[in-house]
Amino acid sequence: MKYVSEYRDAELVKGVLDEIHRTVTQPWVVMEICGGQTHSIVRYGIDQLLPSEIELVHGPGCPVCVTPLELIDKGIAIASRPKVIFTSYGDMLRVPGSERDLFSVRATGGDVRVVYSPLDAVKLAQQNPDREVVFFAIGFETTAPPNAMSVSQAQALGLDNFSVLVSHVRVPPAIYAILGSPHNRVQGFLAAGHVCAVMGYWEYPPIAEAYDVPIVVTGFEPLDIVRGVLHVVRMLESGEAAAENAYTRAATFEGNKPAQALIERIFETCDRKWRGIGVIPQSGWKLRPEFAAFDAEGRFDVADIQAEESPLCIAGLILQGLKKPHDCEAFAKQCTPEQPLGATMVSSEGACAAYYRYGRFATE
Amino acid sequence: MCLGVPGKVKETYEANGLKMGKVDFGGVTREVCLEYVPETEVGQYVIVHVGFAISQMSEEEAEETLDLLRQIIDIEEEVGPEGGVA
Repeated sequence: MKYVSEYRDAELVKGVLDEIHRTVTQPWVVMEICGGQTHSIVRYGIDQLLPSEIELVHGPGCPVCVTPLELIDKGIAIASRPKVIFTSYGDMLRVPGSERDLFSVRATGGDVRVVYSPLDAVKLAQQNPDREVVFFAIGFETTAPPNAMSVSQAQALGLDNFSVLVSHVRVPPAIYAILGSPHNRVQGFLAAGHVCAVMGYWEYPPIAEAYDVPIVVTGFEPLDIVRGVLHVVRMLESGEAAAENAYTRAATFEGNKPAQALIERIFETCDRKWRGIGVIPQSGWKLRPEFAAFDAEGRFDVADIQAEESPLCIAGLILQGLKKPHDCEAFAKQCTPEQPLGATMVSSEGACAAYYRYGRFATE
Repeated sequence: MCLGVPGKVKETYEANGLKMGKVDFGGVTREVCLEYVPETEVGQYVIVHVGFAISQMSEEEAEETLDLLRQIIDIEEEVGPEGGVA
């Protein structure tokens, strides 16, 4: 496939890895923000091909993982109502809520459907005027433009039976939270390439400067990832701290302006609770008041639902780069992709799921 | 969820007031919303997430990246490991 296979070229990857080996002189801790990158790194064994001085820690960029438990419980409560068609990206269905998951709602007669695009949910609302169609609008800056468009379209089409359960999160506040933590070990970041394709990376130079950390916009194929690591390591070794772009074919400094404009029209920033981490100020988006009619929380009166986490799961520490999946006592024992205790084991972008799938059962 | 996939735009059209298109992903064709890449034309590549093109791929930059990385290897072969690539 064009623009995929070239970036999996083993010879080129090896060449860049060799350059990283030559460049590095001392230990560095580098975090990849995005769960998609974690998956790629573990799948191709990139972490094991890097010099032993470079430790890659896995960041919080797994939307399914950080969606708070009470929001999943709210989704389950809404999906259990008669007349509701509850729609979601596929990954969310197996995420355990306090008592059950969305799959079990479906098993007991609830109408829960996986959609590929939020516009499919809008279409369902058009086709089923006597039903309430709810879309579980989660994700980072990458799903915000599609989710915003679903609300804009529902309004344009005059649909009064469509609503969204919103739990949007943003990357830059999470980077601030990680760097501001007294436990922080991260010295450089691979920024999430597709988040930057949407938002640009103009928010990153001030972070790089304030915290003296290199931040490199990085893609998802093996060659993209080693290139990102090379950029970070070069800066670390030379004492530089800037925001650079190593994913120029997809991301620009300004990002996607039409997408940003629609996000701005539909959403406003808010404090947001991240599963396993806690509340990060100004780290989320919620619907603007003028779109309250499309807010499923208000429409179904579930705003007050609260929830408690499993005490065994250390997903929060993993999402902050403080622990690795195999540091968890429950990993691959009480917690497996079939019986997940926490969301990092559910999502294909979760670090625990990647470690389990590719057989990383012990500390090397 | 953030795993965008590059695909080639095969045709563009309008539906419900939105710019849409058929995009080919290595033999699999899907309907994609092109509203966020309004300049994109048939034959160009876009990166698609959950049914939306969120970025138009720069083919020039894609080639340049590969050339740049090939140079790292070439220089290494020519001048040896201590050559230093700025």
